[in-house]
Amino acid sequence: MTVRGPRDSYALFLLPGALAFLAVVIVPFLMNTALGFTDWQGVGRPEWSGLDNYRELAHDSAFWASFRHSLFMVVAMAAIPTALGLVLAAALFDYIGTHVGSRVAAILRACFYLPQVLPVAVAGIVWSWILAPDDGTLNALLKAIGLGAWQQDWLGDPDLALSTVMAVLVWVQLGFPLVVFMAGLARIDPHLHEAAELDGAGWWRRFRHITLPQLRPETYVVLTWCTIAALKVFGAVYVLTKGGPGGATDVPSYFSFTTFFEKTQVGYGAAVSTVLTVIILALAVLGLKLQSRAEDL
Amino acid sequence: MTALRRHTVLLALCVAALFMVVPFLIVAVNAVKSPAEYAQDGPLSLPDGLYLDGLKDFWQRVDYSHKLINSVLISGSVAVGAVLLSVLNAYAIGIGRIRGRTWVLAFFVLANMLPQEALVYPVYYLSKQAGLYDTRLSVIIVFTVIQAAFGTYLLSSVLGRFPREILEAARIDGAGRWQVLWRIVVPVSRPTLGVLLVFFFVWTWNEFLLPLVMLISNDNQTVSVALGVLQGQRLMDATMTNAAALLGVLPALVFFLVFQRTLTRGIAVGAVK
Repeated sequence: MTVRGPRDSYALFLLPGALAFLAVVIVPFLMNTALGFTDWQGVGRPEWSGLDNYRELAHDSAFWASFRHSLFMVVAMAAIPTALGLVLAAALFDYIGTHVGSRVAAILRACFYLPQVLPVAVAGIVWSWILAPDDGTLNALLKAIGLGAWQQDWLGDPDLALSTVMAVLVWVQLGFPLVVFMAGLARIDPHLHEAAELDGAGWWRRFRHITLPQLRPETYVVLTWCTIAALKVFGAVYVLTKGGPGGATDVPSYFSFTTFFEKTQVGYGAAVSTVLTVIILALAVLGLKLQSRAEDL
Repeated sequence: MTALRRHTVLLALCVAALFMVVPFLIVAVNAVKSPAEYAQDGPLSLPDGLYLDGLKDFWQRVDYSHKLINSVLISGSVAVGAVLLSVLNAYAIGIGRIRGRTWVLAFFVLANMLPQEALVYPVYYLSKQAGLYDTRLSVIIVFTVIQAAFGTYLLSSVLGRFPREILEAARIDGAGRWQVLWRIVVPVSRPTLGVLLVFFFVWTWNEFLLPLVMLISNDNQTVSVALGVLQGQRLMDATMTNAAALLGVLPALVFFLVFQRTLTRGIAVGAVK
């Protein structure tokens, strides 16, 4: 006890944080979870409805569509940026960093990272104007180079809108993996590459057999964070398409937002966000496990 | 490696990098065109001269200085508050090594990953009950706590490796815990705290969902929310859209140029400790 006594008085420093988290995170989160089992329009008393909301969810095609779109968002914000980021980071680090100069590499890295500091609302304004059907830059450009037949209503065509949103999100997200991987590459022992190069291994083989395995911890981190960001994506959808046209780009976060604040079906919205939370937390735990295993290797 | 191959790679990377920044350039070029010029020449031509009335009009119409002040006030308060809260939490976890710290830390990590959708309605409801709805203070409080979740997680592992000898020496000199924290731990960890400060500021600046829900009156809106709402209403013509975009990009560009090193270094620190 004498050893433990003074040690635990440090817990006092945790008090403000604990109270703040109770008020802002824990209580609202528990309320939201409880609301998922009620029928409530935001006024009056919430009425207990058991699993009704979840039963309704199971048959709600708009809900399932929003989750299907989430998978596309994972491709756009996690899979593609991670893969591209790996190749670009390795190219920047190996070719440019060593043969052209680290300043050039830093400038190029900055260009790729720039969209990451931009508020997503602003990115949305920029892109929806560029992609506008009538006077948008992309269509004007296609016309100017004689590809007028390729002009599209990029964000307004239900068959095309999701792919367009995905492309914008790749642009937004790419900088994050790139910067993390470049930092990771600086950590790899250069002797590994030199030895492999002496043995006659080309760039691609060194990339596959040295760079990729060495960057495994970073890869897990990036994949976990990007996947979670993809499942949470809201602002981009709000400013680019508002989930449209006809729900073609609806995602769970936007779906729950409209259910909460436009349809004011609070209980149902709470159930949607609870499902989203469960999926995200499960992925987070899995990601952290993979990450700590990769770091132990 | 052959020079030819090296130059091909360099060229490809430059083209890719150009693609990343081209949207910014197009916006800048078109924001300084007059509506007549835009109507005549379209978005691809270079501007004849500097036409700044579009920017001025937009600035006045949305009272942009007010939005900037709101954003600075909210992001600045959150950054300072969240760093303070993170330091206190991390002092208990990383240096105090309180019992059950693994669980406490796991809690902060998960709190950090929680989607805001799972908090937004109760936060909206509770802040109405507390009379804080549509105040900047409500957003400051909420984001101070949310950002501190990440700060606690990162800082705890940094402080966990704090040199024990320094702490011992201070204790032998008779310094209490409070003094050790402010006179030793905080000054020594200043680089990490600086990174966190910058990150919290930029992240809060860019936040969208909660401010959109919580700040409905024009007087309280941040830059992000004001621009997002305006875009959502689809009332802007091309010149105004470009003015909005340019004015939205500029603060981000300033942060980026000022904090580029901190940001890129910080991400690396944060991602793999």
